[in-house]
Amino acid sequence: MAIGLSHYLTVAAVLFTLGIFGIFLNRKNVIIMLMSIELMLLAVSINFVAFSVFLDNLVGQVFAMFVLTVAAAEAAIGLAILVVYFRNRGTIRVEDINMMKG
Amino acid sequence: MTLPGVGTLAAAVVFLPLLATVIAGFFGRAIGDRGSQLVTCGALLASAVLGLLLFRDILSTEEVRVIPLADWIVAGGVDVVWSLRLDTLSGVMIVVVTVVSSMVHVYSIGYMAEDPSIPRFMAYLSLFTFFMLSLVTADNFVQLFFGWEGVGLMSYLLVGFWYDRPSANAAAIKAFLVNRVGDFGFSLGIFAVFVIFGSLDFGTVFGAAPKLVGTTIEFLGWQVDSLTLACILLFIGAMGKSAQIPLHTWLPDAMEGPTPVSALIHAATMVTAGVFMVARLSPLFEYAPTALAVVGIIGGTTAVFAASIGMVQPDIKKVVAYSTCSQLGYMFAAAGVSAYGAAIFHLFTHAFFKGLLFLCCGSVIHAMGGEQDMRRMGGLWRKVPITYLTMWIGALSLSALPFFSGYYSKDTILEAAWGSGTAVGRYAWVLGTVAAFMTAFYISRVMFMTFHGEPRADAETMHHAHESPWVMLIPLIVLAIGATFFGFLGYDFFVGDDRVEFWKSSILVLPQLDSLAAAESVPAVVRYMPLIFALIGISVAYVLYIADPGLPVRLATQFRATYLFLLNKWYFDELYDWVFVRTAFVLGDGLWKSGDGAVIDGLGPDGVAAVTRDLARQASRLQTGYLYHYAFAMMIGLVAIVTWYLFPR
Amino acid sequence: MILQAILFYIFAAIAIASGVLVVSARNPVHSVLFLILAFFNAAVLFILIGAEFLAMIVVIVYVGAVAVLFLFVVMMLNIDFLQLRSGFVGYLPIGALVGLILLAELIFCAGSWLAAPGAPGPGIASATGGVALTNTHALGNILYTRYLFAFQAAGLILLVAMVGAIVLTLRQRADVRRQSISAQLARTRAQSVEIIKVPVGSGG
Repeated sequence: MAIGLSHYLTVAAVLFTLGIFGIFLNRKNVIIMLMSIELMLLAVSINFVAFSVFLDNLVGQVFAMFVLTVAAAEAAIGLAILVVYFRNRGTIRVEDINMMKG
Repeated sequence: MTLPGVGTLAAAVVFLPLLATVIAGFFGRAIGDRGSQLVTCGALLASAVLGLLLFRDILSTEEVRVIPLADWIVAGGVDVVWSLRLDTLSGVMIVVVTVVSSMVHVYSIGYMAEDPSIPRFMAYLSLFTFFMLSLVTADNFVQLFFGWEGVGLMSYLLVGFWYDRPSANAAAIKAFLVNRVGDFGFSLGIFAVFVIFGSLDFGTVFGAAPKLVGTTIEFLGWQVDSLTLACILLFIGAMGKSAQIPLHTWLPDAMEGPTPVSALIHAATMVTAGVFMVARLSPLFEYAPTALAVVGIIGGTTAVFAASIGMVQPDIKKVVAYSTCSQLGYMFAAAGVSAYGAAIFHLFTHAFFKGLLFLCCGSVIHAMGGEQDMRRMGGLWRKVPITYLTMWIGALSLSALPFFSGYYSKDTILEAAWGSGTAVGRYAWVLGTVAAFMTAFYISRVMFMTFHGEPRADAETMHHAHESPWVMLIPLIVLAIGATFFGFLGYDFFVGDDRVEFWKSSILVLPQLDSLAAAESVPAVVRYMPLIFALIGISVAYVLYIADPGLPVRLATQFRATYLFLLNKWYFDELYDWVFVRTAFVLGDGLWKSGDGAVIDGLGPDGVAAVTRDLARQASRLQTGYLYHYAFAMMIGLVAIVTWYLFPR
Repeated sequence: MILQAILFYIFAAIAIASGVLVVSARNPVHSVLFLILAFFNAAVLFILIGAEFLAMIVVIVYVGAVAVLFLFVVMMLNIDFLQLRSGFVGYLPIGALVGLILLAELIFCAGSWLAAPGAPGPGIASATGGVALTNTHALGNILYTRYLFAFQAAGLILLVAMVGAIVLTLRQRADVRRQSISAQLARTRAQSVEIIKVPVGSGG
């Protein structure tokens, strides 16, 4: 069977769902959460590129590049916050991060 | 018809006390106690002198003068103008009010000398005088009501003057509330007058009254005679203000106020406002014979009822208070048989001798260091001779002994009552004569118990008993002069042959109802019966309290039920408490706790707040603080939105 | 054609499998490594579709920078690898259900879009926008002209992120002595020299 757009979109969808699972199913630590976000961004990039190729429009790839940029920036800031948080609290266990409890 | 001279004079008479109030009331602390006393007494004395001049001017003028001051209400059909009505009736009342008030002001300098709030007291007295004066010079119902309410307010403030005493506060509220019941009737009366006549102006109403005899008006579903209805409703107001049955319960309790207040308000002026009102509205009442009958019956009944209670009271001021109630009954009885002149004449003499009696009571209380119970007095006459003498003058005047002023006024009332020939008149005469016996008895009782016999107070009090200072004695003497001479001096003018020229058009008496004319020709037995009863009364009192002092106790024990019935004021207070007060409290409690508290507050603010709090508490459980919970919620939301957009409706 | 299909399936499968393992690995270092694997496989998928520039950029930036950063942090924080908690299992049913619904909808979207008329036929179209250029050349043509503003903005974002990361994590350590050049240059005579009168014979 010829590999078409739908295949790529399916792969992207699965990766996206996996990322979402990673956010709320993980009970270990916050780094997993950040990595799941990277997974989701990756899935989105795949989506963009697939559409760009199949619609003969390079905008999708340009946008995928920007997604990459933003993902990198966000990972840096997120990890910086994590490091500072760890310095103050001494733990990054997910269950211990409930100071916003209302 | 405004003469600049008399207009200014009248305005000065009425407004000088108000000016004194403002100065003493607002600047009392600045000008000090002495300053307030001087300002108010000076203003009142000036007002009294000007009042006498005004009265002389009124006597020499034929027509009634109305001096407009300012427009008050101009709305729709209601047109009310502040104005001063100058005729004989208002002139007489002005003289009474200003003279007695100025004497009470002077007396208060001495009596209240050690009180911490002298400026407030003097200001209240002057303000009261202003309200009373605007009541008696009113030319329309609304201004009358203004003065009416104003004196009621001052009564509340002055009875509760020593506001740190709970009994004084309770008495003040009782006075105001019972008055309020009367004022409700009065207001309905004013509304009825407006509906019937279309105007509230005395001139218009009096002119239109004869034409409206026999018309009816709908009231609570029935057709009643309009003039009768208006007059009875207005008389209900008079019942409240003048302490007639059944709205009399406040007057004895009002003795909680200082004695000058009792003298001024509850003897001479405020309580007589009801009598004044009936006399002022004589052009209306004359055409409502049923209303007059009601007035007469209530007056006569009250006269004997209050006198019976006064016979057994141990507090000296309460006896005099019941005496006032009883004498007011006489005045209303006179009005009920169309003898308005006699009613006002008795008002005039009563103001002097009752005011004198109260001020003498004050002098005695002052001498005894605050003691008011007569069972702890006795043997005082050597200690307070001037008070003793003047009080005897007042007592003899009250008992209506010849030569003293009370004789001329009270016996005229009874003669007119008999002379009218009606059933109401005969009823009033019988009760009035019985009351004459009781009156003489109780006031002689007071004199004998207080001044004669062995001293029943302890030696310390008797040692300190002293005559009052001159600032208190001079008013006593002035009032004693009035209580002695004004009777036979004024007889011809008020009720005698000169009465028509005297009253002119301020009082209306229809020829067929003229009981004063008929009073000339009553039988001698009828004429002298009250005097005989009075002399019997004095003798009985002498027997009981001088000759055989142990007799009263034996009588009281023997006729215990009657004694208690009289002592407890015919159990009126208990009856009202059971019927009205308790019901009101139950209703109030119920509406407060169950109605207001449970229903309105529960469904309103409290309920809404509780529900909000609960909802907030439930909602805050969503804030777990865990990021993955929030992410999960976001995802659920996302899925929901996607699902919604995916499937077309 | 068939080779392409096989390669696609292989790399797609590995990518998905790595994604699963990222989430469920016990050792966080393993999670990072599996993330790197996922990135690599996605890059290969990009190459298969014809966007080779993007594939290389993904490798260089994502793997070379972001994933390595993750690794640094994981190792610096010295995280103990933890056992799975029971809570994981508790959440699993509802979470799985919601996730599967989402997945189904995404696929449904993709499929229905393709089934609509007017969609381009299957097959790999040109990755260069219909012109005979390399992917890199074509991207360069539009990136620095039409999307210059967005390009500069992305640069700004990176600048902000860099500054932010430094601001967040910089701390002054009290036990480390540093130079403060400005303080040294602003030194006055009064701060540095003190004249003491020493009596004759004392001191030493």
